[in-house]
Amino acid sequence: MKFVGVTSCPTGIAHTYMAAEGLEQAARAAGHEIEVETQGSAGFEPLGPETIAAADAVIFAVGVPVRDQARFAGRPLVQADVKKAISDGPGLIARAVAAATEAQANPVAAQAGSPTQAAGGLITKVDQQASTATRVRQWLMTGVSYMIPFVAAGGILIALGFMVAQAAWGETGAVEVTKVPLTHLITGFNLLSGQDWAALLFQIGVASFGFLVPILAGFIAFAIADRPGLAPGIVGGALAVVVGAGFLGGIAAGFVGGFVALWISHWKVPKGMRGVMPVVVIPLLSVLITGLTMIVVLGRPLKALADGLASWLNGLSGANLILLGAILGLMMAFDLGGPVNKVAYTFATTGLAAATTATGGTSLKVMAAVMAAGMTPPLGLALATTVRRRLFSEAERENGQAAWLLGASFITEGAIPFAAADPLRVIPSCMLGSALTGGLVMLFGSTLRAPHGGIWVTPLISGPLLYLFAIAIGTVITAAAVIGLKAAGPGPVRTALDDAELVAV
Amino acid sequence: MSLITEKLVVLNLDSPDRHTATRVLAEALAGEGRVTDLDGFLADVRKREEQMPTGIPGGIGIPHARSAHVTEPSLVFGRSSNGIDWGAEDGPATLIFLIAAPEGGGDDHLKILAALARRLMRPAFRDSLLNAPDAAAVVDVVTREVVNA
Repeated sequence: MKFVGVTSCPTGIAHTYMAAEGLEQAARAAGHEIEVETQGSAGFEPLGPETIAAADAVIFAVGVPVRDQARFAGRPLVQADVKKAISDGPGLIARAVAAATEAQANPVAAQAGSPTQAAGGLITKVDQQASTATRVRQWLMTGVSYMIPFVAAGGILIALGFMVAQAAWGETGAVEVTKVPLTHLITGFNLLSGQDWAALLFQIGVASFGFLVPILAGFIAFAIADRPGLAPGIVGGALAVVVGAGFLGGIAAGFVGGFVALWISHWKVPKGMRGVMPVVVIPLLSVLITGLTMIVVLGRPLKALADGLASWLNGLSGANLILLGAILGLMMAFDLGGPVNKVAYTFATTGLAAATTATGGTSLKVMAAVMAAGMTPPLGLALATTVRRRLFSEAERENGQAAWLLGASFITEGAIPFAAADPLRVIPSCMLGSALTGGLVMLFGSTLRAPHGGIWVTPLISGPLLYLFAIAIGTVITAAAVIGLKAAGPGPVRTALDDAELVAV
Repeated sequence: MSLITEKLVVLNLDSPDRHTATRVLAEALAGEGRVTDLDGFLADVRKREEQMPTGIPGGIGIPHARSAHVTEPSLVFGRSSNGIDWGAEDGPATLIFLIAAPEGGGDDHLKILAALARRLMRPAFRDSLLNAPDAAAVVDVVTREVVNA
């Protein structure tokens, strides 16, 4: 049989290596193969994922917790004190043989017995030895990797919903489709109705988008704290959505949840308590602390910020329109669906509602500027991934393909995976392009009578050619800025998702 | 730099318990200037020993520590004909290895100590130390098996 093992001890200079030797000798004597990862002070070479995947069983002979334990999830596991491998290597090998045999005879039960089973092979590639800056990037990138499928699926479904709606309702379709309640689809979905199909696609897309921030936060926390991080991260991310903190709030939730979970899981507790730590204590306390932080600490200042920005914008109404367009553009791109973006968007849609009753040419221009500025971030990044592939990770390049459609459909969130992975360089680039586009749309004087829809509502836009020209300029400028900033700094962070299609996503 | 010298070999280690035995071995390190603060170093070793005695089956004790008071990775070898209780299940230890590592030791140093730890698990290595006629022979065995391996 083939085994893998991990050995560790408090000091990391003696028992770790003696235990590894003990396991290797015992395995050889019994005619088995084993590769042992010595997590000692001399650094350690992680076992390759293929080696772990090929192992019939895993042996942990440890005095301190195994690092990156999730890598071994789902394999039959024998766990013992590090001294056991020194005093009785053959006994441990015999237990591993028994565990492997049991797993082959009864795969489901054996998996359930493995303590890390629920992580189900989720992986991160966070190098514990790397510098803090590198690890921060790897944490962010892990969250982004797992978020991208939700962005792609949700964004494309919403865009398809708009397209079908345009065909089914005519030129106001992108507006009508959002008004169809979910209950109508449950009780009266008609296979032959284009409108129903459009609403269905839209609703599923919106549901998928609902997971975007929770998954981002959850897997940032997972990268930091391993499995205990998932619950506080996901719940914290969901609360970031509730308090309107957007993806930046989600990143904060991921870090808070991850470090709280990491901290609690390192508490020294009496032996009798250890069993309930991962099941009850860690989830309970980490979720509570993270949730409290998101609602109480982050919620109030965010609300104050949103209120302040909204009244400031209303005060600007009489000012220079081009400046207003540029400011709205900056706000749209600042947090890509977060609180600042929402203030700008709400400002525009509120004006739109008023414009239907009064003569509101300015309000219609504001709406046009806001939508255009919200389209350039994903479009710009899509362009950047197309012309300079090497500056982006594989996951980002694939997201770049979807970002064309998302940007064209005014789904600003399509830029979030890029911004979350590298906020300091991506967000300023997006803001630059969006501000330019917002100002240009105001200058050209295009108006828009729909609150969303992207290029699918082009028939509702006055001066569509100049409008598209303004978007094109913002797109090119965003791409150029991103490429310039990325080329000047470190390259993309590779994640496990890039190295192998190990995770079925 | 050498992991062990003849001055770091104590062939007649006859102390009543593991803590006094450890002190005798550590004094050899201090005498060679490899430990700057004897009591500080002993406290570090004791802390590790109290987490769990480092005796292992086969009559071996391996007191050890990473300590700020250590200047270079070192091994002190002690042999006791009567044996000293080191907390192992199968009886007292006759071969004692005091391993001292500096706090911030580089990878190369730690790798030598890792190689030493692995050799301790090999019966042939233990036997040649048990039967070594003098200190020079002990240094020879360790140097051949660990440092130059």
